[in-house]
Amino acid sequence: MSILINKNTKVICQGFTGKNGTFHSEQAIAYGTQMVGGVTPGKGGTTHLGLPVFDTVADAVAATGADASVIYVPAPFVQDSIMEAVSAGIQVIVCITEGVPTLDMLKCKVACDQAGVVLIGPNCPGVITPDECKIGIMPGHIHLKGKVGIVSRSGTLTYEAVKQTTDMGFGQSTCVGIGGDPIPGSNFIDILARFQEDPQTEAIVMIGEIGGTAEEEAAEFIKQHVTKPVVSYIAGVTAPAGKRMGHAGAIISGGKGTAAEKFAALEAAGVTVTRNLAEIGKTLKEATGW
Amino acid sequence: MNLHEYQGKALFREYGLPVSHGVACDTTDEVLAAAKQIGGDMWVVKAQVHAGGRGKAGGVKLVKTEAEIREFCERHIGNRLVTYQTDASGQPVSKILIETCTDIANELYLGAVVDRSSRRIVFMASTEGGVEIEKVAHETPEKILKAAIDPLVGAQPYQAREIGFKLGLNPTQMKQFTQIFLGLAKLFEEKDVALIEVNPLVITDEGNLHCLDAKVVIDSNAMYRHPELAAMHDPSQDDEREAQAAKWELNYVALDGTIGCMVNGAGLAMGTMDTVKLHGGAPANFLDVGGGATKERVAEAFKIILSDENVKAVFVNIFGGIVRCDMIAEGIIGAVEEVGVKVPVVVRLEGNSAEKGAQILSQSSLNIIAGESLSDAAQKVVAAAGGAA
Repeated sequence: MSILINKNTKVICQGFTGKNGTFHSEQAIAYGTQMVGGVTPGKGGTTHLGLPVFDTVADAVAATGADASVIYVPAPFVQDSIMEAVSAGIQVIVCITEGVPTLDMLKCKVACDQAGVVLIGPNCPGVITPDECKIGIMPGHIHLKGKVGIVSRSGTLTYEAVKQTTDMGFGQSTCVGIGGDPIPGSNFIDILARFQEDPQTEAIVMIGEIGGTAEEEAAEFIKQHVTKPVVSYIAGVTAPAGKRMGHAGAIISGGKGTAAEKFAALEAAGVTVTRNLAEIGKTLKEATGW
Repeated sequence: MNLHEYQGKALFREYGLPVSHGVACDTTDEVLAAAKQIGGDMWVVKAQVHAGGRGKAGGVKLVKTEAEIREFCERHIGNRLVTYQTDASGQPVSKILIETCTDIANELYLGAVVDRSSRRIVFMASTEGGVEIEKVAHETPEKILKAAIDPLVGAQPYQAREIGFKLGLNPTQMKQFTQIFLGLAKLFEEKDVALIEVNPLVITDEGNLHCLDAKVVIDSNAMYRHPELAAMHDPSQDDEREAQAAKWELNYVALDGTIGCMVNGAGLAMGTMDTVKLHGGAPANFLDVGGGATKERVAEAFKIILSDENVKAVFVNIFGGIVRCDMIAEGIIGAVEEVGVKVPVVVRLEGNSAEKGAQILSQSSLNIIAGESLSDAAQKVVAAAGGAA
């Protein structure tokens, strides 16, 4: 088992024939992801990377039975693309695009919730179930099939955690980059709940960062509902208040959302935290007794 | 993107909100002329900077004579205003807003923001306007009234009424408040606002509601669909190095330490700063070269980092996902040669083509220190910068 995606997941790409869509679809196919086609309006009926191109997501779903979609279209078209995927019956939407207006996401989130669709992202590295399905821009080769579920707001920090759990031989069940935007399609709690239910996942690594209160809310959820060991790292101890640290999410405002507050909330919830980014793997070993 | 008060008030006016008659001016003469044009015998002059706390810092003043206006303008125009919200050097003042006076009976607070927890635009109001609202929110959260806006149907009048009754408004004020509330909500949605504040929203001596200040922040991601707002951008308010970095799509934030950091990814960039601190060093900056780092951008990033004279060593930490480490290595060598880097550079490469990248660096004749791991590299860069503080 795993969460969200596995070897049976049939994936289409929206923005398939563009530069990013092409590059990352090639990588996904090489990794063994069951890519079944792509969508570029106006290019329906052609072939790209050996796969059929469709004019609409509805056509793609009808012809291929796709149940997941990855979105690489430019930010101004993301709302349209998400709504099209929802309307066509896609179950898992992963949006890689960064720079999506926040108000667009407020509306998309409501639409996805009402339709019971899982949205990951935007502004995220994607989701990977090692050896089965890679949807997104993460480097496949650092992953190892295994027992740790990883959820993170940051792309390259996810890779750090992946590498450490791979080096220690634990491997990953599924890794989910929820993205650094203020309104992510899925938050920590959505993913933690799935890891808790997943038999393959024996422990969870949660990587947060300053800004917002998502980590504090996750801590509360863990206290109530998560029985598996959770290890956490929060980036941004040295970040000053009021400064935007690259991610739209990473800004401390009004004294809220500091790393210290987040560490404290997680510790109070029984999470094993590490303040050393290089010791996520080691901390996990100690927390689990592996 | 932050707007100036005068720009925010122009938007308020467009959406039918009550604001003072005022003119934004560039020179003392313009301010004097505007005073005559506005009329009366008393005015408010306000220095236009992207920061709060202007009143306490002397950037807002009630003036009655030409001499007072001159004194205020000459003190501020072309100089920098330091408030508790700015850094020590302050923000440059290039415009003065001169307005009619408002007699204040009572000060309220009204603001709206995209709330991440509820995933809604949330309005906040309080009877405790004028003072530092963050303090009120922190110490007496029950004094903050809230209304969450449904993303599909938008703000409704009942939400204004619910807040208005709790604020103790009379029937006339209630009508005015409803108009202000709905106007702000419309402005929020149509202009892709990230944060809006009317602090204070005053009740005048005549009992009318009036927007005395305007703080508006626009969602930077949405600028492409608001060219009229993009034109309002005032680059003088941005940090020079941050602006230079932005031209190259680099995310740079200046800090006050001695170790320059160049990292790919915002999260890892913060994590790298924290790791430096953990080993006793102090980061000089946050810099995210992004996923699509090219040789040119790496070179530009070096220039920006080294333009900070406090930098005693540079830490390059790249986890190659898509970006290839051998390409980054070539970029580093090119930059070190071109820019003439005189401080030690510690490089840690991981991920995509990391070994090839390390090989390229070790074969160069430059003084580049290889970090074996994140901890190793952090220790080496702290030592290179003169040891732990």
